[in-house]
Amino acid sequence: MKITIEGLTKHFGDVVAVKDFDAVIEKGQLVCLLGPSGCGKSTMLYMLAGTEAATSGKIYFDDEDVTYMAPEKRGVGLVFQNYALYPHMTVLQNICFPLEIQNVPKAERIKRAKEIAKLVQIDEYLNRKPSQLSGGQQQRVAIARALVKRPRLLLLDEPLSNLDARLRLVMREEIRRIQQETKVTTIFVTHDQEEAMSISDVILLMKDGEEQQSDAPQALYDNPANSFTANFLGVPAINNIYGYIKDGKFYTHDNSAVIEHEACKKVPEGRKVDLAIRPEAIELAEDESNFKAYLVHTYAMGKEELSYMKVGTTEIRGYLPNGTEVGKEYNIHLKNKGVFFFDEETGERYA
Amino acid sequence: MKLNPFKKKAKEPKVEFTKKWEPFVFLLPFAIGVTIFTIYPLFNVILMAFKENFVLLTGKYTSLGFANFEYVMKDRYFIQGMQNTFKYVLVVIPISTCISIVIATLLNNKIKFMPFFQTAYFLPMVTSATAVGLAWKYMFHYQYGVINYLLGLIGIDPIAWLTDVSSNFTALCVYGIWNMLPFTIVLLLSGLQNIDKLYYTAARVDGASSLRIFFRITVPLLLPTIFLTMVVNSISAFKVFHELFPLWSGQPGIAYNLFTVVYYIFYQFRGLTPPKYGRAAASAVILFVVIFIFTRIQIWIQKRFDH
Repeated sequence: MKITIEGLTKHFGDVVAVKDFDAVIEKGQLVCLLGPSGCGKSTMLYMLAGTEAATSGKIYFDDEDVTYMAPEKRGVGLVFQNYALYPHMTVLQNICFPLEIQNVPKAERIKRAKEIAKLVQIDEYLNRKPSQLSGGQQQRVAIARALVKRPRLLLLDEPLSNLDARLRLVMREEIRRIQQETKVTTIFVTHDQEEAMSISDVILLMKDGEEQQSDAPQALYDNPANSFTANFLGVPAINNIYGYIKDGKFYTHDNSAVIEHEACKKVPEGRKVDLAIRPEAIELAEDESNFKAYLVHTYAMGKEELSYMKVGTTEIRGYLPNGTEVGKEYNIHLKNKGVFFFDEETGERYA
Repeated sequence: MKLNPFKKKAKEPKVEFTKKWEPFVFLLPFAIGVTIFTIYPLFNVILMAFKENFVLLTGKYTSLGFANFEYVMKDRYFIQGMQNTFKYVLVVIPISTCISIVIATLLNNKIKFMPFFQTAYFLPMVTSATAVGLAWKYMFHYQYGVINYLLGLIGIDPIAWLTDVSSNFTALCVYGIWNMLPFTIVLLLSGLQNIDKLYYTAARVDGASSLRIFFRITVPLLLPTIFLTMVVNSISAFKVFHELFPLWSGQPGIAYNLFTVVYYIFYQFRGLTPPKYGRAAASAVILFVVIFIFTRIQIWIQKRFDH
């Protein structure tokens, strides 16, 4: 099902949780609502589910306006952050419950519940109570319960945040697999950029209730629209050097370093500028033509080293080949890819 | 060496002494009260039950034995009291529990004038049962009582609640149920507030009606609290007395037809000359055993339902 969101806004009293949000989500996609905590992503999700009413704006499921439709009529499956499995029911009863509400005959109910339990691989635990399951298993039950009524849209609120690191990796693959097998349009909320990058078709990046950028994960990483996007995505985080442009060169504010780069030409002079460099865009220069960096510290990473360097007075991180020496100065070259110029004040991208 | 805390303490025995006994000092006042007013009388009553022809003031008795128990078990008033008490428990507990669940669920919603309703429902808890009992006595009045007036409005003939033997038990139960509501509602309300609202959201997104949510989610999740109130209320219902006393000005029903076990105990003390202390104690011990067994059964059932 295709979802269209037009100018969606949500106020809680004076607080604006979601502001004039536009988005189109194509049928069968796995879309991630990504953003720091408090950015309104969960509110967005609950407005799609219908448990929160929109202040203004429209939500369309295909061509149907569902903005004011009751949650149960929307045909959405919702997975809560802490799963909200009914503690007094067994796994099977939990999965059957949405069908029981729809008055599906008992035999049919159990047949469908068992099918879906098999899909999420909890068919061995059908007679257990939720308290007898591990976090990952509870998560699977919650997904099964949301999927059993064959929803048009599956919504997951921070589905992995209650799991330990190892299970998180397993479950995000599982969510991807289940989504691809059922082909249900899925939206999930997370604050973890790595999680979002690894499994989603499209990321909708949010901040303070506003959409920052939406695109495929790699496109978002390679081509950030503003400094927030550039800073939010990527581990280790992108390096920021603040300064200004003069005579086609970048100067740090304290003039402690001068950096030359092709993109400098595209940046207006006389503005405060944020030079953002992905760690992998840093490499040793073959000649002395570019700027120098003083090596402060290195962490061995196997095939290369994660190096902490000082450019003028700013510390940056980058990947350098093995064999560099701490305390020495090196000539550094910046690749074209992974180097961006943003306005320091507005965060707007120049190049 | 320096890290050893015991070394330092050994040098200051006074500190150690205070530290060790401090908790007991705080416990002492309550412990004394409980010992004098609960533990000592408890054992004294058990002992008293075996003393024949016991006289409280002189402490004299003729012999030790089961004569008091034998007499009590055969006494028709005691048998009637036991029957009435059981009937009372079996009528009042289920009805008051059901009403309380409904009211607590309603009070758990966000509704207007909530402070008013909460005060109204909890008021019986802070008022004296005897004083309220007197008010109920007038409400039950055949001619002027508000209950018969209200029944008249819906076309029901007036009922002689207090003056007709056949209606006495009903009147007692009505008052007893009403009296039990506030405490039960308070407990159930706290139980309801412990239920995660997410379960309701989850069920509602799946399209569950309020009725289904109530029966399939609220009640099962509230079951531990419901059992708790039933156990506590059963114990207090077995001791039914102060509900009975004001309605018939100290008589057990209009024609001595509403003996309960505790009224029987009272009757052995105050209704007879000379008072039969031994028999009163014996019937108290029997009631204790009955309540004990009944409560054990309830707890056993509860454990089988626990999730």
